[in-house]
Amino acid sequence: MSEEAPPQPAHSSFARPWLLLLSVFAIATCGLVYELIAGTLASYLLGDSVTQFSTIIGVYLFAMGVGSWLSRFIRGDLIAFFIRVEFLIALIGGCSAAVLFLLFGWAASFRIPLYGIVFLIGVQVGTEIPLLLRILEGRFAFKDLVSNVFSFDYVGALLASLLFPLVLVPHLGLVRSAFLFGLINAAVGILALVMLKDEIQRPRGLWITGGVVTAVLLAGILQGDAITRWGEYAAFSDPVIFAKSTPYQRIVITKNRDDLRLFLNSNLQFSSRDEYRYHEALVHPGLSSLPDARRVLILGGGDGLAAREVLRYPRIKSITLVDLDPAMTRLFSSQEMLRAQNNGSLTSPKLHIENADAFTWLAAKREPFDFVIIDFPDPSNFSLGKLYTTSFYQRLAQSMSPAAALVVQSTSPYVARKSFWCVDATLRSCGFQTRPYHALVPSFGEWGYILASKEAITTQLALPDGLRFVNAEVVDQMFRFPPDMARVDTDINRLNNQALVRYFDDEWAEYLH
Amino acid sequence: MNRRRFIQVSAVAPALMLGSCRNQVVPGSIIGAAHRAGHLLRDGKTSAAPSKTAKTDVLILGGGVAGLAAARQLARRGITDFLVLELESQSGGNSQGGRNSVSAYPWGAHYVTLPGPDCHEVRELFEELGLIAGHDAAGRPIYDELALCADPQERLFIHGQWQEGIAPSAGLTSDEQRQFREFREEMSRWSETKGADGRPAFTIPVDRSSRDPTILELDQLTMAAWMDAKGWTCEPLRWQVDYSCRDDFGGGEDEVSAWAGIHYFASRRPDAANADHDTVLTWPEGNAWLAERLAESAKGRIRNHALVLNVTEQSSGVQVDVMNTTDGHGGEIMRFVCRAVVCAMPRFIAQRIISNLKPLDQPPVYSPWVVANLALDELPPSPGELPAWDNVVYGGPSLGYVNATHQNLTAVPRETVITHYEALCGSPPARLREWMLTQTHAQWCDRIFSALAAPHPDLAAHVQNIDVWLWGHGMVRPTPGFISGTTRTVMQQHQPPVFFAHSDMSGVSLFEEAFTRGTQAADAAIRFLG
Ligand SMILES: Cc1cc2nc3c(=O)[nH]c(=O)nc-3n(C[C@H](O)[C@H](O)[C@H](O)COP(=O)(O)OP(=O)(O)OC[C@H]3O[C@@H](n4cnc5c(N)ncnc54)[C@H](O)[C@@H]3O)c2cc1C
Repeated sequence: MSEEAPPQPAHSSFARPWLLLLSVFAIATCGLVYELIAGTLASYLLGDSVTQFSTIIGVYLFAMGVGSWLSRFIRGDLIAFFIRVEFLIALIGGCSAAVLFLLFGWAASFRIPLYGIVFLIGVQVGTEIPLLLRILEGRFAFKDLVSNVFSFDYVGALLASLLFPLVLVPHLGLVRSAFLFGLINAAVGILALVMLKDEIQRPRGLWITGGVVTAVLLAGILQGDAITRWGEYAAFSDPVIFAKSTPYQRIVITKNRDDLRLFLNSNLQFSSRDEYRYHEALVHPGLSSLPDARRVLILGGGDGLAAREVLRYPRIKSITLVDLDPAMTRLFSSQEMLRAQNNGSLTSPKLHIENADAFTWLAAKREPFDFVIIDFPDPSNFSLGKLYTTSFYQRLAQSMSPAAALVVQSTSPYVARKSFWCVDATLRSCGFQTRPYHALVPSFGEWGYILASKEAITTQLALPDGLRFVNAEVVDQMFRFPPDMARVDTDINRLNNQALVRYFDDEWAEYLH
Repeated sequence: MNRRRFIQVSAVAPALMLGSCRNQVVPGSIIGAAHRAGHLLRDGKTSAAPSKTAKTDVLILGGGVAGLAAARQLARRGITDFLVLELESQSGGNSQGGRNSVSAYPWGAHYVTLPGPDCHEVRELFEELGLIAGHDAAGRPIYDELALCADPQERLFIHGQWQEGIAPSAGLTSDEQRQFREFREEMSRWSETKGADGRPAFTIPVDRSSRDPTILELDQLTMAAWMDAKGWTCEPLRWQVDYSCRDDFGGGEDEVSAWAGIHYFASRRPDAANADHDTVLTWPEGNAWLAERLAESAKGRIRNHALVLNVTEQSSGVQVDVMNTTDGHGGEIMRFVCRAVVCAMPRFIAQRIISNLKPLDQPPVYSPWVVANLALDELPPSPGELPAWDNVVYGGPSLGYVNATHQNLTAVPRETVITHYEALCGSPPARLREWMLTQTHAQWCDRIFSALAAPHPDLAAHVQNIDVWLWGHGMVRPTPGFISGTTRTVMQQHQPPVFFAHSDMSGVSLFEEAFTRGTQAADAAIRFLG
């Protein structure tokens, strides 16, 4: 390549262009590693890796576009600018995993720093290569230059993709991997500083910056483990006592004195302080009004808490619990602390567990059930949205006895008013009569349920003993809706429109901002 | 200096590399399209004497949708002494499907749009199959929602991201937006227009559309020429129109007539109680689901691996010679004598087989298609909207892919099968057919990987198997003049005791056309038999 280079009288100090090309290689590797780290971290913390990765790749690519566009406006001392960009990437990219881990505690707004950091890194990575090209211009034949930069860029990116799953994550963990690649970015900056010192007017400031950045990153590498541990604690505000990723979700349990909390994909499922409110409200208004009910079906609810409430009725002969995730039901049937929470309901001889997808399980007509409790996660994605559609309820109706009722947890009628009433409208379109109600569960807020049956049911409560929340007066209140949660017209949720997921997305997004 | 390429490279290189390490040896093969047996016919290597003779009332030649629809109609009318002769190992023709351990998947036709009121034969079928479960107070059909395409139905990869829907919508200039708006308005105008004969300007089945000469004029020029004349020249709109022509007719906007191009946008006026008007019916195996249901009415009466060699009228009845091709090449020949024949194979084949069939002055043009099924360990994530049923990449020759597990109700499907479609166009079809036979399996795999590289640079790393099906004469192409001209009139004339049923005489290749033709041909045969 040097033979084809034009004469370079002015830049003789730039004697080793291959060193700069090597930096291209390092830069490409680093940029990609940061992107992969953010994606992995987001899937790890938020679950649903497909969505997380697609969004992050999207933000990153967009930001790179912005960066390369911005680079056109950079004038003056290109080399100093390039070095500054390197140090900045080193700092932001290097600390990204640690910072995100620590910030996760603010679960609700976590996406803002997440996409913010990905965007910042993207912009800078998008700036650095065009900048480098302009610096190298005139030092190589241009065509040669471009192809060299791209081939090094390409190889670097390849390296990243191989290193990442094989070496970095297993051996270093996400937090330390990020710091390590930050150091590589810093090294590129320092290298440029050494090689091009004659062309930089005031290198001192840069040296100081480089030193500080390097020191921070080194400290990070040394403290990586502590940060990770600290991060998981901070993430869930309480100490994490159990964490496991299953093929279906990430299960995390935290405990702080007497407060035990379950998170699925970082969404709070219950807090032992007030879950009795949620589960009593879920089960009793319906079941206590069905004196003839003998066979109960629970869909979702692998924590066994709804089953605990059902078992308060001696007349119930059998409970079938269908939960997708064997890891959940195994955990809640075997772990002592959790068994104490659900009174060992999952090992009751009356209860029978099916680890299956509820929709497909119901394809076969099952024994007719007298009461059905639907305790699925909120309809936050298309797969979950299917479990709230006309087709699902029609299928379910086939496995219900004529006088049976069902109850659906239906998200918050206060926060997601349309979503709540959409579930109601959907059930009614399937020929159910509905009796929507709500209860206050402090750790969730105002929460909604819909009781539905083919024949009208009157709530004549014959409540079991030992309840802490539900009594006749409270139930009476539950069925009254204040104006700010009153019925609104909505679409019917169908497989072919996923209306509910769209409402739910909009409403919760608005609430959280 | 190509910024876009840089961005792509650095985002995707890793995956590309991982991919290309593996794509050397993608398992799978080129299967289907029993063209070898078909070529026996073309090359006239079939003149042995029959070893057996049998009698039957009616013979149906070809077990595609048209042939199966004819069989169903005969059975419904109480005629049971019939046989369906089908060359392939399974029936369904262009609407057949396959299956692996993960899912069923289509090999050709994969959806039906919601039939409008003009399509009453199909509506009746759908009621019979339970696809139309009832009607609402306004008389609108209520569809089985498990068969309606689950939301999200379509997405388009453009500007480095997936957007919802196939019409490009992101980043349009105001002039482009205007062109899109005008185009849409024009299409909805056509959709409401009736001709002087009182019939809708465009409807399905095609031959229930108006024959008003002022409308049929549109058949004289290409879709591209018509768009030019309208001044709608912006690239994103023209891409969408071209894509639609290739998708429905297998030919580009400069190869099909404006009548056909407009028909795509203006012929569908469904009135469903529980679906948007652009929702489609689909199944993991595509229209093979329908073909299998149709085949049930011909249970025990379908002969596969049966290559029909010739059809001659004799005083004793129609004599049909059939070669057994179970072993892949020429086998035993059998002779059937029957009272009537429903010819449900494409005309270019009928032309060689049926004696005394006058050659057509201008034989129809058929578009070659390449369909590939890719078994994946997962559909790799890519930026923007989440996976839809139909996933199309802006620009390029590919028509994108449909996801066979999209209709799955299971919460977390991982492994999947995607079906990739490409209509070969832009050169004379005969030349494309020759070219396609020269391509190796590895070459097809490369072609698919590069077609999908923008959204899925890492696809190769997720592929477990790729099977490729070559449809030499995939679908009839509505070239200018074909819809309005005399060739179709000649093709549609029954020549008792021979009755014609294939969808090619409609000029557009659709389930509705094939089904209606088959039903009508059977009715005509029944009338003839008395
Ligand atoms: C790739 C592709 C995708 C498509 N997608 C769609 C879609 O999504 N929706 C839609 O509505 N339409 C689609 N179509 C159009 C499709 O062609 C029609 O829907 C329909 O299946 C046509 O049916 P047919 O019976 O008229 O023809 P064919 O399917 O062509 O049936 C003719 C039959 O005759 C048999 N045959 C031929 N020669 C002989 C012989 N000598 N002896 C015995 N048998 C013989 C053939 O094997 C075949 O089974 C698609 C077509 C292709 C190629």
